[in-house]
Amino acid sequence: MNSKQLTTYAENTWCPGCGNFAVLNAIKAVFNSLQEEDILLENIVLVSGIGCHAKIVDYINLNSFYSIHGRVTPVAEGIKTANSKLKVIGFAGDGDAYGEGLEHLIFADKRNIDITMIIHNNRVYGLTTGQYTPTSPLGFKGRSTPTGTKEFPLNPLGLMLESGATFIARGSSHGLELLKRIFKEAIMHKGFSLVDVLQVCVTFFNMYEYYNKHVYELKEHDSQKCDEALKKIREWDYNSDAPIAVGTFYKREKPAFEDKFLKHGAETIDKESKIKQILEKTI
Amino acid sequence: MNNFSVLIGGKAGDGINQAGLLLARLFSQLGYRIYTYFDYPSLIRGGHNFSIIRASQNKVATHEEKIDFLLALNKETVNLHKNRLKTPSYIICDSDTAQAEGLGINLTKMIKEENAASVMRNSPLLRAFSKSAGIRWGVLEKVLRNSISRDIDLNLKLALKGYNKAKELLKIESLEQTLLPALSGNEIIALGLIKAGLKAYIAYPMTPSSGILHFLAKIADEFDLKVIHPENEIAVILMALGFSYAGEKAAVGTSGGGFDLMNEGISLSGMAELPIVIIIAQRPGPSTGVPTYTAQADLHSVLNAGHGEFVRFVVSPGDAEEAYFCSQVALKISWKFQIPSIILADKALSEGIYSFDIDSIEELKEEPVLWNRKAPYRRYLDTETGISPLTFLSDKEAIIKVNSYAHDEFGITTEKHSKIKKLQDKYIRKEKNLAKDLEKYETVKVYGNKSASLALLCWGSNKGVCVELAESLGLKVIQPVVLSPFPVRQFCEALNGVKRIVSVENNATAQLVRLINQYGFRVDEKILKYDGRPFSLDELEAEFEKAIK
Repeated sequence: MNSKQLTTYAENTWCPGCGNFAVLNAIKAVFNSLQEEDILLENIVLVSGIGCHAKIVDYINLNSFYSIHGRVTPVAEGIKTANSKLKVIGFAGDGDAYGEGLEHLIFADKRNIDITMIIHNNRVYGLTTGQYTPTSPLGFKGRSTPTGTKEFPLNPLGLMLESGATFIARGSSHGLELLKRIFKEAIMHKGFSLVDVLQVCVTFFNMYEYYNKHVYELKEHDSQKCDEALKKIREWDYNSDAPIAVGTFYKREKPAFEDKFLKHGAETIDKESKIKQILEKTI
Repeated sequence: MNNFSVLIGGKAGDGINQAGLLLARLFSQLGYRIYTYFDYPSLIRGGHNFSIIRASQNKVATHEEKIDFLLALNKETVNLHKNRLKTPSYIICDSDTAQAEGLGINLTKMIKEENAASVMRNSPLLRAFSKSAGIRWGVLEKVLRNSISRDIDLNLKLALKGYNKAKELLKIESLEQTLLPALSGNEIIALGLIKAGLKAYIAYPMTPSSGILHFLAKIADEFDLKVIHPENEIAVILMALGFSYAGEKAAVGTSGGGFDLMNEGISLSGMAELPIVIIIAQRPGPSTGVPTYTAQADLHSVLNAGHGEFVRFVVSPGDAEEAYFCSQVALKISWKFQIPSIILADKALSEGIYSFDIDSIEELKEEPVLWNRKAPYRRYLDTETGISPLTFLSDKEAIIKVNSYAHDEFGITTEKHSKIKKLQDKYIRKEKNLAKDLEKYETVKVYGNKSASLALLCWGSNKGVCVELAESLGLKVIQPVVLSPFPVRQFCEALNGVKRIVSVENNATAQLVRLINQYGFRVDEKILKYDGRPFSLDELEAEFEKAIK
């Protein structure tokens, strides 16, 4: 399957210049290259939430679950726990994953379930026409906060690190090659991986120029060290002007949730006689 | 004496539920059919807990107010319940904590001598009771060994101490009939789901549904079952839908408050056509309500949960055998029609202990419709039956796309008017087809005197009390088991020859009556109880006499 076959007949309705195109192109390239890693395309499952990001599953010709707002994580977790051979990749917006569904994200992280969450973080609600999100800077003027927000943004990567993440990375929609590398690394990582993509909404919060000025790629960074990761994660708080690192912040090995279930091979279980045995004990 | 009741009571933490279960199993060992009602407040220590264990030669599924025997671990139990006794002296109490006419045993002292936990007072108490009722030690010993996993030797030692104190009070004869196991409704629902092919159970603890979670978690490894307790009920249902998409049969369980949180999930199940089983064990609401008591007040919540219009199957079992059968039907129907299936139980059914006759239940034949591989796979293929054939992950010949948006046959989002209408028409066709398919089941049950012109109308756990009353008074009982799609034809048939209908429900607004009103049916009288307690047989009889005056 090549990139063309990975594309469905669905009409793409993202705005021209939307940062989501970078995520789409990068992930399609990764899917093509995954075949070299003996990962079959039929074993890939995409999950999305609701928002501009979510349309990505309509555009990619692979198994997908177009779910609801805030619930990408639990759906992805259910799929992975049901069938651990699947590669489950969740796409969610920042409103979706860090707002409506934050609790799920923390718990998936805590479980270290082997799914990859790609967050299309444009720091604004696009599809609902421009309201602030959990990562919008203080004072952001959106349609629900015309005089500016009264609250600071949260730093999702710091939160993820504290919740037990085993893979944390950041990319940006201006940096396709890096995005491809990070996506692939995240997907190949055994355990919970989160990639925060600074993806630009050209219509409601155009940050291209800002990011071009502040973004730099992590070099000579020891991603095995939690302290080092935390230092880099805290360098930019999603609010003040500071250098914004992209790349892999943190990576470590830890047993994955879905591998902790006992497997006898369900076909060999004689359910009837086991039920009878249980009943006999209750007479 | 082939129909009797024993009440055991004490504080929370005294092990009253466990003692009630042991008594139920003791009488089961003697060939009796039992029903056990548990009454306990929502706290860990203190308060007043009691169990009424009713044993009979025939099947029973309700308790009686009057009792034959009182076992009291504290003074409060004696004071609260002694007036229920038919013979005032048939009491055994802990003489260290209470005084009563009857037999006092210094249980607290016995426990202290052995340095045992206070909950173990039940062992000598049960032993004294057994001897007083002429039940052989071997029978009790077997029950204790089967049911107690911790400190069994100490429990047996303590039990023997109770022996020396006993005196003969009344004689419980053993019966010559097959012994039946005694389980809670929750456990029976769980077993039914396993039998029907359950692969995953996902739940957040909520009384009175938690018994299913606990039971399945305990036996999960034996059945290769994945039992998960996630962060909240929203995660519960969304995870379960993930399992369902991956082709694994999943169920979730909760009570009203948790189900409120699941509403977006049930709507998603309807749109994306993902099978799922939801067990709701009702308790009094609104909101937190009365957590450890019973109600039937969520019928319309369940019938209307989730926004938009979609097909759902709602079944409400009335006793042990129905719980086993209906939970299988719920799972199978859910997968055959790719819809949410709801098993609507209540505290009385979920936590009540019933004699369970598994051999009386017929085998089910319902299978999902599978893709024939002739044309390229389309997850939402529009068919005459409204059922799109399934294939499961990962299938190298198929791309499986499910969607919460309105979608085309392949699963891609659409906003086209013709496709939106087509999708809705498909659901409507599917519902008609489901209703037709359900005709092969007894969706409305009739009991008692089938030619009587006076009928009791009930649903769920009230079946037991209504059937028993009807049999003694020569009435008919009509019990719709399927509540959605409502079985209009079978309901009409059940009404044949009926001139007067008295409805019996555990809610304040007669919710079943409101449902049948939608189909043009009326009732004449209503007996409604909404104090958190289930009807007892004597209570319903008195209410019935008042209602038909």
